[in-house]
Amino acid sequence: MKQPEPEYTYPTYHRPIPATWWLRDRKYFLFMMRELSSFFIAVFLLIYLYGLSLLSKGQAAYGQFQETLRSGGFTLFFVVAFIFAVYHSWTWWSIMGKVQVVRLGDHKVPERVITAVALAGWVVASAVVLFVFTR
Amino acid sequence: MYEVNKTEPFWWGLFSLGGVVAALFVPIHIIMVGFLSAEAVGYHQMVALVGNPLIKLYLFTLVSLPLFHAAHRLRFALKDLGLKVAGGLLGVFLYGGAVFGTMVAAYIVATLP
Repeated sequence: MKQPEPEYTYPTYHRPIPATWWLRDRKYFLFMMRELSSFFIAVFLLIYLYGLSLLSKGQAAYGQFQETLRSGGFTLFFVVAFIFAVYHSWTWWSIMGKVQVVRLGDHKVPERVITAVALAGWVVASAVVLFVFTR
Repeated sequence: MYEVNKTEPFWWGLFSLGGVVAALFVPIHIIMVGFLSAEAVGYHQMVALVGNPLIKLYLFTLVSLPLFHAAHRLRFALKDLGLKVAGGLLGVFLYGGAVFGTMVAAYIVATLP
């Protein structure tokens, strides 16, 4: 995974960058929060996967697990993870117009329209999942 | 000498797919698991659902792809924070974790009742 960096045979100066550089500027901070969102999403999915594995162990084990997830600590985690997950979704759809350029003939669909369509798709997808998974 | 990592587009592709899956489906699943009543997403409801192969495939995708997304993001975030790991060890550790998680997810989903 080596990054393409030139290797010099003589000493070069590297400006020292403190590990807290992302706290200096709001934009840097939000960038780091966006990256961090992936960690909370991954942890949530591992909890979710563990829950799925308990389906094989029967109703009692699954019910017990559901009860554990209602404890204060887990609820706090879900609140934080939800905020991060929504922030990920928001940033992902926001840049959609720049990442995915759509052309209709000679006309380029405006970025804001693409983002709006993506946001609408997100709402529809969430509604479908909610409908399928709950009763 | 420049050394270009030829596997980069592959990992980036998984990162991108994982980003889409996470953005579309993760928030609603957090709501269902974390905040809805236990009866709404209860045992019998879930067992009935996972009997459907399409739901199995969906659940596998839902867990697996965002793991690669997270591995990719954390790899660069940790590098940006100044973490220096010799060679490609950080990438091996993070992508390896995502691959391992994917195998576990495949096993769990495949053996659901």
